[in-house]
Amino acid sequence: MKGAISGTAFVYGANVDTDQIYPGGYLDLTDPELVARHAMERVDPDFVKEVKPGDMIVAGANFGCGSSREHAAVTLKAAGIAVVLADSFARIFYRNAINLGLPLLVCTGIARLVKRGDLLSVDLATGAVINRTSGATATAEPLSAYVMAILESGGVKPMIRKQRGLPVEG
Amino acid sequence: MHAVEKILARAAGREEVTTGEIVNCTVDLAGINDLYLQTLRSFAEMGGQKVYDPGKVVMFLDHFAPASTITQADNQKQFRTFCREQGIDLLMDIDQGVCHQVLTDKGLVRPGMLVVVTDSHTTTHGAFGAFGTGVGATDLAIILMTGQLWFRVPEVIRINLKGTLGPGVYAKDVILKVIGTLGADYGVYRAVELAGPLLEGLGVSERMTLCNMTTEMGAKTAYIQPDQVTFDFLQNKKVNLESPGVTTDPGYRYTAEHTFDVTGLKPQLAVPHSVDNVSDITAYLGRPIDQAYLGTCTGGRVEDLAVAARILKGKHVHPGTRFVVVPASKGVFLEAMAKGYIQTLVSAGATFVTPSCAACLGTHQGILAAGETCITASSRNFPGRMGDAGAEIFVASPASVAAAALEGKIADPAQYLGQKEAER
Ligand code: SF4
Repeated sequence: MKGAISGTAFVYGANVDTDQIYPGGYLDLTDPELVARHAMERVDPDFVKEVKPGDMIVAGANFGCGSSREHAAVTLKAAGIAVVLADSFARIFYRNAINLGLPLLVCTGIARLVKRGDLLSVDLATGAVINRTSGATATAEPLSAYVMAILESGGVKPMIRKQRGLPVEG
Repeated sequence: MHAVEKILARAAGREEVTTGEIVNCTVDLAGINDLYLQTLRSFAEMGGQKVYDPGKVVMFLDHFAPASTITQADNQKQFRTFCREQGIDLLMDIDQGVCHQVLTDKGLVRPGMLVVVTDSHTTTHGAFGAFGTGVGATDLAIILMTGQLWFRVPEVIRINLKGTLGPGVYAKDVILKVIGTLGADYGVYRAVELAGPLLEGLGVSERMTLCNMTTEMGAKTAYIQPDQVTFDFLQNKKVNLESPGVTTDPGYRYTAEHTFDVTGLKPQLAVPHSVDNVSDITAYLGRPIDQAYLGTCTGGRVEDLAVAARILKGKHVHPGTRFVVVPASKGVFLEAMAKGYIQTLVSAGATFVTPSCAACLGTHQGILAAGETCITASSRNFPGRMGDAGAEIFVASPASVAAAALEGKIADPAQYLGQKEAER
C-alpha cells in the first residue's frame, strides 16, 4: 500500500443506497463478471459504459446504506473501481468492501472538490488526495491497522488462507 | 458498561470492553439467507471444509420463496445440499417465512445473545435484549469457518420515548418520526437504545418494529432492556430463560440522548425517495394509490394483519387499488387464520402471497411498474426498491396501508380505529 494511485472520478451525492448501486432484481447472480454489468444502474445508467479499471468513486455521506448485499461491493470491485472516497460509509457496506480488498476512504467534503471526469491521485497509506485537474487537495482519515492488514493481504479471503497455511492463489 | 458492551465482552471472553476497541467475538447464532450464495462461495474460497458449529447456524430460504427463476431455484438447491452435507438442521425452507420473524416464532433468540445474520434488519432482535447485527456474505463465511467475527465496540445513543399514542398512531409512526428528525445516517456505526415510559405500553410486535427500523438510520444494533412483557412473550415461546440477559450499569454515559414526546403525533409517512424524508400523513391525504402492501419483517405480524382486518371487515378494497398481503411467517399466517383475519382480508379483496420477503426487495410477487404509487408497511422507499425506479413508494404503518387500500388513496386511519386500545 505504498505510493499514490491515480484514476478518473465519478461523483455522486449523499445516501447512495445499495439498491441503487446494485438493484435487488439481480441478486441471484453470483459471477462477478455478470454482477459488474449492473453497477450503479439505478443512480447512473451510463456508469457501466464509461468506467475503466482504476477509476474512482467520490460521494457524499452514508454511501452504501440499505441492505447487507455484498453484491454492492462486488459490482464496484469487478467494474474496476480502485477506491471509493466519501463523507461517510454505511457500516455493512464498509465491512463488505474491505473484506473484498476494495479500499474505502472517509474524506469529509470531498464531493465538493471533485467533478465527474477529474483526475485524482490518492495515497491510501497517508490519506493524501490531490485533484490533478483542479489542483485542489484533501486529506482522508487514516485507515485502521486492522483494515490496512486486510487490504495489504488483498482482502480477507487471502488473509485467512494465509493464516490457515493454504496457498493464496486459487 | 452498557448492556450491549456486556454482550460483546461476554462473547469476546473478556471482563470489559471499551468503546471504539475492536474485539473478536464468538457468535451465538449465525443466519444466512438465500440472497447470499456468496457465503458458501467465500467459505470454499477461504479453504473452509467443515462448518465450525452447525448447531449455531440457521439457513433461511425466504427472499426467493418460492423460486421464480431457474437461477434462484439453483441457488436454493445448493443451500439445501450444503445444509445436508454440513449437518445444519436449522434449515428454514420456503414454507417458513422471513428470517427475523422465523427466529422469533421459533424462540431461537434470547436476551444477551450475539446474533449475526446476512441481513441488515437483524437489529430487530434488540426487542429481546439481544445484540443483533447484519453482515455481508464473506463475514458470515468467516463465522462458518471460525465461529467468530471481529466487531468494533459501538458508541451508544439513547432515544427516550414518552407520551401517549393517539388513535391510528403506532410504533411505526414513532420510529419514522425519529428517523425523519435525526436522519438516515445518524446511527451509523452506533448502537441505538430505545427506552422510556412509552415502551411499557408497547407489545413485542411494536418493539420489534422500532428496533427493525433503526437500520434505516444506519444503526449497527438496537437494544431494548427486557422487561416483564419480553419475558412473558419468550416464556410463551418456551425459550430457556435461565440467563435473563444483562443490564446497563447505573451512570453509563451515552454518546447522545434524545427525547421524543409522541402525544399529538399524527400518522407518519416516509415519502419518495428516502426513509428520512418524513412527513405528517395530513400533507398527502388523497394521493391515489395503485398498490397497498402489507407484510415484511417490519410490518407483517399478527398485530399488523389484525389492524388491517379491523379496518376492512365487511368492506371492500377500492376498485382502483391492489392490496397485497404477505404474512411475515408461517406462524403469523396460522395464528392470523385462527383469529379470522385472513378470511376477513381475502373477502375484502386482498391478494395473498406466501410468507416471504416477496416484493419488499423488488424481485417478485407484487412488484411495481413505472409511474405507479405504492404505500407499504415495509421499511424502504429507495428508488427501484420494489420494482421500477419510476415508481413512488410511501412507507407507513400497517393501519395507514389498510386505510389506503380501502379508500384507494392516502387516508388517515384514525377514523376507523376509535377504540384502538381494546385491541392492543
Ligand atoms: S422482508 Fe424486506 S426488509 Fe425484511 S428481510 Fe425481507 S427483504 Fe429485508
